[in-house]
Amino acid sequence: MFDLIIIGAGPAGITASVYAARKKMNFLVITKDIGGQAVWSGEIENYTGYQFITGLELAAKFEEHMRKYNIELKENEEVIELKRKNGGVWVKTDKGAYEAKTAVIASGKRSRELGVLGEKEFKNRGLSYCATCDAPLFAEKDVAVIGGGNSALDATLQLIQIAKHIYLINNTRELGGDAVMREKVSESKKVSILNRTQVTTILGDRMVSGIKIRKQDKEETLPVQGVFVEIGLIPNSEFAKELEKNELGEIKVNCRNETNIPGIFAAGDVTEVPEKQIIVAAGEGAKAALSAFRYLTQHR
Amino acid sequence: MTDKKVIVYSTPTCPFCIMTKKFLEDNNIDFEDFDVSVDRAKTQEMIQKSGQMGVPVLDIDGEIIVGFDKERIRKVLGL
Repeated sequence: MFDLIIIGAGPAGITASVYAARKKMNFLVITKDIGGQAVWSGEIENYTGYQFITGLELAAKFEEHMRKYNIELKENEEVIELKRKNGGVWVKTDKGAYEAKTAVIASGKRSRELGVLGEKEFKNRGLSYCATCDAPLFAEKDVAVIGGGNSALDATLQLIQIAKHIYLINNTRELGGDAVMREKVSESKKVSILNRTQVTTILGDRMVSGIKIRKQDKEETLPVQGVFVEIGLIPNSEFAKELEKNELGEIKVNCRNETNIPGIFAAGDVTEVPEKQIIVAAGEGAKAALSAFRYLTQHR
Repeated sequence: MTDKKVIVYSTPTCPFCIMTKKFLEDNNIDFEDFDVSVDRAKTQEMIQKSGQMGVPVLDIDGEIIVGFDKERIRKVLGL
């Protein structure tokens, strides 16, 4: 039985593990990947101590710091269920089951899916959730970007340099996001903005060949070879069914990172703490680990 | 070290491509890297081999690995 299980190794989970290691707790880290969303954060200019650093470099430094301590780490492992058991915590993963006296949930967020026909089949067959990664493969092709916020605008701006034509498909009345980006997108001759429009189906044979869209009850097919889904993020909190969450699925915590269940703490983007920032997530991870440590000393 | 032939298909902007190549370098694995953002022929080759368009793709002596799958890379290379 561990003192603590930390779920996730993004900025919050890694910082929690550094604090837990320094308190000499007997703990386990379970995570799908290392670095979390920090890896995807292009250029960072607001993490104190670094006037400029890329997300990838900062994540590598986090990892190096964590590995300096001889910690027990289960990588590539996904938590499926977490619940109370005998006054402690029971965690089931896709590879095994573990028990601990306490837990820190720092499982972050993932890309939201459209939930339309063809989405799963054509993932990585023309449909992508990462414009930064995959945009270069769509040189001189017609593509669609789905979404209307900053991430959709950012994907569109990247694709303007590469693709032939971009349909920006937004289901609200007008685009959101930052005005500067919106202007750049609107000025480009390569971009058609379709507001109040929904995607209903992804079409194709082996690879994407088009999308079906609906605008005020009128259906239409757009021939595109690429689809970039940029409709925001959802918290990885489904496995913790007993925990209280807000309407977005974010875990509710108080200022000590306590959830509604004693001994279970949460930190970072998976929680309802405002401001999804790397530095905030790291700080929250530190607080959660120290709260778990305090809980253990009080319940020994 | 390995005598297996390792090919990486990647783009310069994708974080997992960079992480994959760093992982190979850290393990002293020689590899050939094709930038599919500029090399059209290699893009087609990658799609043919892997049946998909996501990067990175690794070809280790004919065994195709999609994504930065550390565990599988370790297994195939015997690390």
